[in-house]
Amino acid sequence: MKDSTSKGQSAPANQDSLPIKTGAEIVVSTLIEQGVETMFGYLGGVVLPLFDKLYDAPINFIIPRHEQGGCHMADGYARASGKVGVMVATSGPGACNLVTGIANAMMDSVPLVVLTGQVRTDLIGNDAFQEADTTGITRPITKHNMIVKDVNDLQQAIREAFYIAKTGRPGPVLIDIPVDVEVTKAHVKPLDEISLAGYKPQVKGHHRQITMAAEEINKSEKPVLYVGGGVISANAAEELRTFAKKANLPVTMTLMGLGAYDQTQAESLDMLGMHGTAYANYAVQECDLLIAVGSRFDDRVTGKIKTFAPNAKFIHIDIDPSSISKNVNVHIPVVGDAKYILGELTKEVKYKERKEWFAKIAEWKSKYPLRYDNKSANIKPQYVIEQIWEATKDNAIIVTGVGQHQMWTAQFYKHTQPRHFITSGGLGTMGFGLPAAIGAQIAKPDMTVIDIDGDSSFNMTMNELCTAVQYELPVKVCILNNGYMGMVRQWQELFYGKRYSKSSLRSPEFAAVAEAFGAVGIMIDKKSEVKNGIAKMLKEKRPCVVDFRVEREENVWPMVPAGKSLHEMDGLDIFESMA
Amino acid sequence: MKHIISALVQNKPGVLAHVAGMFAARAFNIDSLAVGRTDDPALSRMTIVVVGDDKVVEQVRKQLEKIVEIVKVQDFSFKDVIAHDLMLMCVNAPPEKRHEIVALVEMFKGKVVDIGTKFVMVELADSEDKLEAFIDACKPYGIKNMVRTGTVAMARLSQQAVINE
Repeated sequence: MKDSTSKGQSAPANQDSLPIKTGAEIVVSTLIEQGVETMFGYLGGVVLPLFDKLYDAPINFIIPRHEQGGCHMADGYARASGKVGVMVATSGPGACNLVTGIANAMMDSVPLVVLTGQVRTDLIGNDAFQEADTTGITRPITKHNMIVKDVNDLQQAIREAFYIAKTGRPGPVLIDIPVDVEVTKAHVKPLDEISLAGYKPQVKGHHRQITMAAEEINKSEKPVLYVGGGVISANAAEELRTFAKKANLPVTMTLMGLGAYDQTQAESLDMLGMHGTAYANYAVQECDLLIAVGSRFDDRVTGKIKTFAPNAKFIHIDIDPSSISKNVNVHIPVVGDAKYILGELTKEVKYKERKEWFAKIAEWKSKYPLRYDNKSANIKPQYVIEQIWEATKDNAIIVTGVGQHQMWTAQFYKHTQPRHFITSGGLGTMGFGLPAAIGAQIAKPDMTVIDIDGDSSFNMTMNELCTAVQYELPVKVCILNNGYMGMVRQWQELFYGKRYSKSSLRSPEFAAVAEAFGAVGIMIDKKSEVKNGIAKMLKEKRPCVVDFRVEREENVWPMVPAGKSLHEMDGLDIFESMA
Repeated sequence: MKHIISALVQNKPGVLAHVAGMFAARAFNIDSLAVGRTDDPALSRMTIVVVGDDKVVEQVRKQLEKIVEIVKVQDFSFKDVIAHDLMLMCVNAPPEKRHEIVALVEMFKGKVVDIGTKFVMVELADSEDKLEAFIDACKPYGIKNMVRTGTVAMARLSQQAVINE
């Protein structure tokens, strides 16, 4: 990836001739130098010097209602735009409130730079007011973090933070800045090439490995291309599509990979895994070659690992060497950037018809399409999602919370473009939807942004509606309201004898709450009103919340129960009964 | 199986915590961990002895390499290395047994570094099995207490050219 810092500029001979600035001024000017146009943050005692310098800085600044929300906004902003998201918080509680947001970005490899204030250097370790060991707390959930105790190191630390966040496998980087460093002066440093002894991401894959991979692909009779979020973060969707078309490969995607391939294309097997399609899971289990790109053989994808794709050789293309052979033994690893490697691979693969294999896939597809009871008089959650698809046709950014609604959105919305589907995959963070949608809306002001949410997920962070109203962001929220923590209830139904222990909760009248926040609130409890409700929502210029009262005990099918093999799906009989 | 991993790390605060935390979070077992300065004040060397099969050790190596402050990681498992541990031990040595213990120490090429009325303190730096053998030999006399640094290792000169490739 290109970045301004790695190009380098000639340094003036005498560094003392460069201006002297306070730490806070250095932070702001370095953010601007790094191309930051929008950032998120919440005030507090030890970041006051920094916020004072942000008072008239040319940066669009968004204040969330909670630091967690701010971090998810920066995350949604980064995913929608491909840029680095920036979040600032104060020490102690401010920093602690970021933990969920940072961990979420870490699990989904989202580039963030997080700045936290810290108590005065001489107070560190004394249990000072609002002191927390921020670097200690966030070390396992950041790609890199550091505390800067000398103002002379500050500028380089921030430049390195951006470089580390966006290169290699992206991730969050946190810089902790004691308040005295913010007010101490130092010479500005010339922009120089960044060179870190212990950090040299490999971009170009080993050519011999690429050739070996191409040979295996050309030989394969029953290949499957298994695509993860890495293809999206590498901006490699075009290269992926060209590659898949040229080699004639069926494509399945992980939750994070949705949008990398166009699901309206015949070769798309849609999502695989625990709630993946039957045709994707069967194809993976029967394939002779699995080509993993930017995916990491997560347990929600593989099911029982020992019987995952039992007849297949594995090719694994990934920028992170530690992802390779972590969960499965890979036959041909290729470490590098997906965009580069797919480009190279395309040159070496040949078209192969694979008539029998595609016929078999077509048979599975016609036998086991995703189904739900669309004749029901009740509002089925899947019906709402289909109607949202009909109304938008992926000319929208779809964001979700976590749970059943997320899986249905993955299944029933047809994802066609990268960065149009934003969801919390690895960490599974309920409450991610609304703040991430706000971040996405800020990144793409002219796009329709819809948060398809669950009632329980929405309850967790709905205070951020206030933020949407304040900044006049026309974010749409569609709540599939079933009065349960739906996915938890589904597991209790299936695995705990329908003992719905603590999984139903009472929500407020969401439409009334939305109105009270200054947004538009709509409540829909009749199937006949769903289409109109969606149409009305899409016309709104203000933030709009639509509360769909959906079938309460609907389940997500198919389902590979935890610990079972991918082909041992439950729910296919239910599909057949609806045929 | 035990593997010796040698990591060159930046001499910065938090690096040891990062390494220790990563081992705990990923459920890797550390047998010993020794950290010390190198000839370059900006760098430290960590020698980590890990228990696990080849797959585990490969993950350990990759996860270590992922840490930004870690400059270089070497797996010494299949190399010809000098691997030594330093031990200090207080062993029960009444006057009538003292000469036996001193003879034992000499046999193991150790040093008596302190003498009290009842005990002597012995220093021994050698491979792990030598240390274990010495401990077994001293047990009958009564070991009061002992401390070990954990293994530090360096590839033999004949191997260093290979490793530096």
